[in-house]
Amino acid sequence: MMPSNALTTTRRNFLGGAGLLVAFSLAGLSSARAAATGEAEPEGVGASSALPDDLQPFPYLDAWIRIDPAGRAQVFTGKVELGQGIMTALLQVAAEELDMPPHLVSIVTGDTARTPDEGLTAASHSMQYGGTALRLAAANVRMLLQRAAAPMLDTDEAGLETTGEGTIRAPDGRSIGYGAVAATLSLHVQAQADVPLRQPATFRTMGKSLPRLDIPGKVTGAVSFIQDMRLPGMLHARVIRAPAEGMTLTLPSRTEIEAMPGLYAFVQDGDFAAVVCEREWDAVRIMRQLLAGQSKRKNGAIPTGTIADILKALPAQDYPIEKVAHPTAAATTRLSARYARPWYSHGSIGPSCAIAEMKGGELTIWSHSQGIFDVRRVAANLLDLSEDKVHAIHVQGAGCYGQNGADDVAADAALIAHALPGRPVRLQWMREQEFGWEPLGAGMVTEVVAELDADNRIVTWNYDVWSPPHNTRPTSANGVLAGWEVTHAFPPPENVPIPMPAGDGSRNSNPLYALPNMDVNFHFIPKGPFRSSAMRSLGAHLNVFSIESMFDELANAAGIDPLTLRLDHMSEPRARAVMMAGAEAFGWQTRRPKGKFHGYGMGFARYKNLGAYCCVFLEISVEPNTGFITVQRARAAVDCGEVVNPDGVRNQVEGGLIQSLSWCTREAITHDAERRTSFDWSSYPILRFADVPVEIDVDVLPRLGEPFLGVAEASQGPTSAALANALADATGVRFREMPLSPEKLRRALIAL
Amino acid sequence: MTVSLIVNGQRRTVSATPDTPLLYVLRDDLELNAAKYGCGLGQCGACTVHLDGKAVFSCLTPIGATQERQVTTLEGLGTQAQPGILQQAFIDEQAAQCGYCIAGMIMRAQSLLDRNPAPSDAEIRRHMQPNLCRCGTHHRIIRAIKRASAVLGSQNGKGDAS
Amino acid sequence: MMRRIQSKALLASFSLAAVAGSVIAAAIIYAPEIKPVERPLPTSFDPGEVAKGAQLASIGDCIVCHTADGGRPFAGARALPTPFGTLYSDNITPDEKTGIGNWSFAAFRRAMVNGVARDGSHLYPALPYEHFTHVDDADLRAIYAFLMTRQPVEQVQPKNDLLPGLGFRPLLAGWKLLFLHEGPSTRDPARSAEWNRGKYLVEGLGHCGGCHTPRNILGGEERSSDLSGGIAEGWIAPALDKSNPSADRWDEASLFDYLTTGIAGGHSAAGGPMGPVAEGLSTVNDADVQAIAVYIASRMKPESALQKAASTVATLPRDVASQDPASSKSTIAHPATDTLFAGACGGCHMPGAPMQVTGRPPLSAVSDLRMTNPRNAIQAVLQGVAPPSGRGPAMPGFADILTDQQIADLLGYARAHFTDASPWPDLTAEVSAIRKEDAR
Repeated sequence: MMPSNALTTTRRNFLGGAGLLVAFSLAGLSSARAAATGEAEPEGVGASSALPDDLQPFPYLDAWIRIDPAGRAQVFTGKVELGQGIMTALLQVAAEELDMPPHLVSIVTGDTARTPDEGLTAASHSMQYGGTALRLAAANVRMLLQRAAAPMLDTDEAGLETTGEGTIRAPDGRSIGYGAVAATLSLHVQAQADVPLRQPATFRTMGKSLPRLDIPGKVTGAVSFIQDMRLPGMLHARVIRAPAEGMTLTLPSRTEIEAMPGLYAFVQDGDFAAVVCEREWDAVRIMRQLLAGQSKRKNGAIPTGTIADILKALPAQDYPIEKVAHPTAAATTRLSARYARPWYSHGSIGPSCAIAEMKGGELTIWSHSQGIFDVRRVAANLLDLSEDKVHAIHVQGAGCYGQNGADDVAADAALIAHALPGRPVRLQWMREQEFGWEPLGAGMVTEVVAELDADNRIVTWNYDVWSPPHNTRPTSANGVLAGWEVTHAFPPPENVPIPMPAGDGSRNSNPLYALPNMDVNFHFIPKGPFRSSAMRSLGAHLNVFSIESMFDELANAAGIDPLTLRLDHMSEPRARAVMMAGAEAFGWQTRRPKGKFHGYGMGFARYKNLGAYCCVFLEISVEPNTGFITVQRARAAVDCGEVVNPDGVRNQVEGGLIQSLSWCTREAITHDAERRTSFDWSSYPILRFADVPVEIDVDVLPRLGEPFLGVAEASQGPTSAALANALADATGVRFREMPLSPEKLRRALIAL
Repeated sequence: MTVSLIVNGQRRTVSATPDTPLLYVLRDDLELNAAKYGCGLGQCGACTVHLDGKAVFSCLTPIGATQERQVTTLEGLGTQAQPGILQQAFIDEQAAQCGYCIAGMIMRAQSLLDRNPAPSDAEIRRHMQPNLCRCGTHHRIIRAIKRASAVLGSQNGKGDAS
Repeated sequence: MMRRIQSKALLASFSLAAVAGSVIAAAIIYAPEIKPVERPLPTSFDPGEVAKGAQLASIGDCIVCHTADGGRPFAGARALPTPFGTLYSDNITPDEKTGIGNWSFAAFRRAMVNGVARDGSHLYPALPYEHFTHVDDADLRAIYAFLMTRQPVEQVQPKNDLLPGLGFRPLLAGWKLLFLHEGPSTRDPARSAEWNRGKYLVEGLGHCGGCHTPRNILGGEERSSDLSGGIAEGWIAPALDKSNPSADRWDEASLFDYLTTGIAGGHSAAGGPMGPVAEGLSTVNDADVQAIAVYIASRMKPESALQKAASTVATLPRDVASQDPASSKSTIAHPATDTLFAGACGGCHMPGAPMQVTGRPPLSAVSDLRMTNPRNAIQAVLQGVAPPSGRGPAMPGFADILTDQQIADLLGYARAHFTDASPWPDLTAEVSAIRKEDAR
């Protein structure tokens, strides 16, 4: 059974007539994928093109939108649903610019055979780039429809208007449906950049909280996730790996394994091993039997100690990020501090899963990866197939929040299916495999030296950040576990940092504040003790935490309000507006101390200094006898440009806020010299219901007509910073090393 | 072995080794999608279903222990066309992000409302404690439970008045 | 075995003894009020004293009994079920109206040492003054400093719900005459300072005997059977002496690990009321916990045996990792239960399960499975084990998943499979009885 939301195609119709048409429309100007390839900011494919970045390599409108004779629109996007509601929001964008009711629009997401390659669904780019491209494409289609309708209605184009119902009306009231017009029209034409967009005053769909398309299915048990897919003849696999990254497992002989009851096939290639069974439970059972064997660390102990101890002892490459020098008054106050965060797990509730099928020399992979075109590249490389023999289709998985095991499990499944042609193979990682092998969010350290003059102006800002990679996303077989394990292994590439302005460990390390002297340096550690890659907001989490903590430390030293110090050093009007709107809604200026162990804190950032603005205010109480924090009130103000779906924005910001609180107060991958020792939710606890804030409110600033900015990662940094600041306000103690765990707080606070 | 049990009111007979967790039988044999594999350790609640009216982790419930017992899954509460009260409340509150945990959340919450149709915020939080959400949808989930509780209350109110 | 005491008989004997005692002890019934004082300013206490008090309060685990479920720490109102009815703990925050805000040190000391409240009323021995009476004044002062610097919380505890007649507090004077033995903890000069420190903490503030010493029909600890095992909240508090069936596998190091982390290699996780105790001790300075471990280890075996204990831990009688359930005697004795075990328990407890390959104790190391009495094993399966902080060994409860018969089958199978102990009799009836107890 296929997912019910019609987001995917079966191979049959892929190989049918539709496939040819698709191939034709996707053969754009370049075979390269869209400019917004990954975590980095796009540089633009053709500097001369005025088209949005994602449209440049795929300028033909029929790559993005098709309208059938019945007047229904089908929209194609390379972006994918990760639980962030993007499918609904993109559909709204298309419906708005097509001026059609949303129910007449359907959307096809990430599919190498059907949609444009818009790179990763990551980095809060989907609205900013994907939404912008789709919007212009839809506006082009609307214009073409209107133009083609004029002779059909025997009237002048200028007098025609769209009705919002999928029809075009003449001044005399006669109208014609999009379907009839579209039947006469080829959309295989290139998009024009200067097509008028619909104006906010006349919006019918954008700016409204259209209910999410996927929720009714998810609350009633429809096939919604890749984990739910069932294909005829599907086999179940489990991959056999030692308990954690960096270890090897001794397996019994092949003969012994193959004699195990319930086994359909044992697939082995070098260090890669998997068991395949008709029944899923048999696969789990056999996997456990094999895991009972001896495992040991391959080579070299994992360094132990504090995060700073570990990171600063590793070789690093130095990148200057920001250097500003201006004469200033003499400094009167000097503060220095070190901040740190541990390694985090993405902690998807559903462990990664993929389905693959090898048939007639062609491989189909269903995956919840954020980069479905990269899944194809990796598999083609791993199995030495040409890319046109690999079809990768995105199907939703559990929230991933970055690069979890999705890409690895897709390659695993491809490898297994390749060995067992003719039957689809479903592979889901176990909980402990996800904890043990997924790339982690990198542990990081920062050091800040800041000085104030007598007028409480910041005159010096020296900032250093150390971080392992936040971007080891695979684009070929050398980026996935299976690639490292097969006999003809693909050795991992040298890791490189993402350049600014996006940055990775350096993301948001350059303060948005107007400071006269800045010396910001990034110490990139190419090889950390653990595999690490993108996790929601990347390095911005600790950088914002550090900058915003130091601002509060400075405000405290100066004896001025933290908001005042920020506004005194902020010249961007929209940043100021977000801070002030949030402060107003929260009642920051009228806040009153409510006794010992109660306090307030704020944190601000503009994500990547070019995305959404977000300011978080918290009111907390902390129980010194247990170290537990209660967030009494959380209020976030956000400016993410034009808002397509206000409730979707609130949902993302609220979720990011809670997740950030969980990182900041509870989470840390534990390890010893041999391995990661976090393997389940009892060794990697996250926030549960009892610990989430009592109240949360999100205020979304209306920014009609402004470009989309993306919102998914905006609240990660500001929330953790606001918590540290509120904690310092409540206790007088500054906590600089996350997690601000109950144990740590209790130890520090109980005797106060 | 052959196990006969009542799933969502219907007698179902399945053939599986008795150690097979109910979760795998529901998903793979009975093709019910709602209960999810999350941890297999009884720590996250994604697999929550009702067994004889009580919320349990189906990942730790061997099918051999369910002979002749009553199982209710999310599918038993309603359909997309006719969602149950709690399901409708989750739709109304848009109480999902990725939604992977939601089936378990609804089943956990339903077991509370079955026992106490008007729980306080504190009771809801305490009751929901075994279930994990990673997206941070907790507040919407709490609101959805309260919304369902209010609907139940108004229905009961009507019943009393008539 | 939990004592199943007929409450009527109990009441009669308690009253008789108490009245008899009170006649003899008429003089001690009366305790004068100690004048209220103005609440001392938190700043009047030395921070070092407060910090010391924090450590001592953790050893005493005051917070556990004096905090209601989800309530503010030390504000009391926690229900304490006893064979004599339900008591509610007092508010020991420095709130003047409802807590101990206007208690002088003298009043505090008298409560701890003599079991008499500031107003002169006798306190129920749920406050373990049988033990606290051994705490020296310097430590009491530190605890006082700690408590008086907590945040005051205004909260009145619910009325105690005791068997008829027991609400009459003067009776307690008689009880004290029988069971309260004031005076300092005795030192053994032949032993190390560390051992003596451990003894002092165990007998005094730690009040280990409160759970680990059997109680007589009147609820007094049987001093002659000190630390030979008791019962707490429906769980057996195992013997901390030679009679513990796993005594030979405990040593100072494993006790220290257990007390500070709730788990020790080669042993199971702290279950039931021991969970919060370990959590409290995890915050205490290592030296004091080490002292406790040294003392308890010495009680569990003669000193000469201590040296080699560490090595015996490594070789468990049965090593789960080497066991194939299919061919074991347990499978033969409990046909069909191996599959029940594989489905319900295997995800954590079978070889190759994540818990096993990551170093959590195998079931062959779990004391609950070796005890003569199945109570704790049953409780662990029914209720599970939940680390209070969310971090640490966890086990879900199976009360709603498995029937009494299934739990009995599983435990019988696990005992046969993972230990050499003889089968538990009447398991199903035990499970059913304990399930009923838990439901109350």
